[in-house]
Amino acid sequence: MKSLVIEGQPLTIRVIIFVVASIALMVADHRLGYLKTVRTHLLGLVYPIQYLVDLPVKTGQWFSKRVNSHIQLLEENARLHEENLRLQVMLQKFEDLKSENKRLRELLGSSVKVGERIEMAEVLAIDLDTAKRKILINKGQNDNVFMNQPVMDAMGVMGQITQVGVFSSVVMLITDPEHELPVQVVRTGLRTVAKGMGTVNRLSLLYLSHSGLNTGIKVGDLIVTSGFGQKFPKGYPVGTVIEVEPDIGKPYAQVQALPRAALEHNREVLLVWKKSKK
Amino acid sequence: MSLEPHHGGWVIVLSFLVSFMLAIMPLPAWATVWRPDWIALVLTYWCIAVPQRVGVASGWFVGLIHDVLSDTLLGQHALTLCIIAFISVKLHRRIRLFPRWQQVMGVFGLITASQLLNAGISSIVGNPLLEWSFIYPAITSCGLWPWVFIILRDMRRTYQVY
Repeated sequence: MKSLVIEGQPLTIRVIIFVVASIALMVADHRLGYLKTVRTHLLGLVYPIQYLVDLPVKTGQWFSKRVNSHIQLLEENARLHEENLRLQVMLQKFEDLKSENKRLRELLGSSVKVGERIEMAEVLAIDLDTAKRKILINKGQNDNVFMNQPVMDAMGVMGQITQVGVFSSVVMLITDPEHELPVQVVRTGLRTVAKGMGTVNRLSLLYLSHSGLNTGIKVGDLIVTSGFGQKFPKGYPVGTVIEVEPDIGKPYAQVQALPRAALEHNREVLLVWKKSKK
Repeated sequence: MSLEPHHGGWVIVLSFLVSFMLAIMPLPAWATVWRPDWIALVLTYWCIAVPQRVGVASGWFVGLIHDVLSDTLLGQHALTLCIIAFISVKLHRRIRLFPRWQQVMGVFGLITASQLLNAGISSIVGNPLLEWSFIYPAITSCGLWPWVFIILRDMRRTYQVY
């Protein structure tokens, strides 16, 4: 595999070449954008390894499903049936509201984005870098996954796509220290930014002044996406405020929220495509 | 460069594949910081055993794959692993003659240095260092070195890798 030119040189020169190459690669990867396609193909190349690691976990789950007792399955079926009926009824109401909302929007003359296409993806049981909060899912370029695509679960927002591979992609969770999400308090309409803290299941709400605490936010408030920044659709639940601490020593109040989505123990996630309507 | 024909390359490839799998295997949250640096261990062994085949270039390629697998900056692990390979190839004659406990100390030093370099790079990118946690992988790795060494040596002898 090694070429004669490289092989012929003394070890020290060779290591210097490779060290310089790695530094150049790191700078290119961090500062410039054009390594994205390279990463896409490399991620596709290593997919077999990731698939093999995930396989025992998947087999275990399949097996435990097999040995589930018949009665248990019947109970679950009945419960799901009931839930489905309830959701159907709620959906009827929702359809009505949606068309009413659309009519009102048209009356106001504002353009509106309606409807989102949703597809399911599976989380692969793979550990990525420990300092970050990221997960790997089994949908990639082949399934039209794109950069910065929103990822949800049944309860709320989970994160967004940060690396697209051919068959898989990396999701940055909203708790990652690099992730910032524009949000809004439902009760008062107060807008803020939810930033990850790098710890499991904690969000920090930024730029809230001490005076804003009096009227804008309190423990137990629901926060939803505000739709600012154009990446996330508006109005999806993000989390609940659990701690409001006015700290006079700091310019902003310390407010923390608990994410709604089951970020750390999901096996299935939902990918959202915006369907824009002219 | 060596002119004698190579033999048993698939054993080397297989051992690296297994180390990749161990490196991304899901562990309980408390254990992730203690995860041994499997890839560095396997690379060090092959650099000492067959330096004419596995060296700086292989270390770099292996590191690149490691980067893609763990979603770090492209080149981050490539840099640390090619330095590990460089030191191991440079000192392979001496390390072979070391008693086992001295090898363990050497591996501890190598992996601590590489972890420190990794932590340095991630803190430049914006993920600051988490206390002393960078030293945990070095501790578990050097504890596992004698076993990795024995297993890979037996495999090398059985399948005659040279």
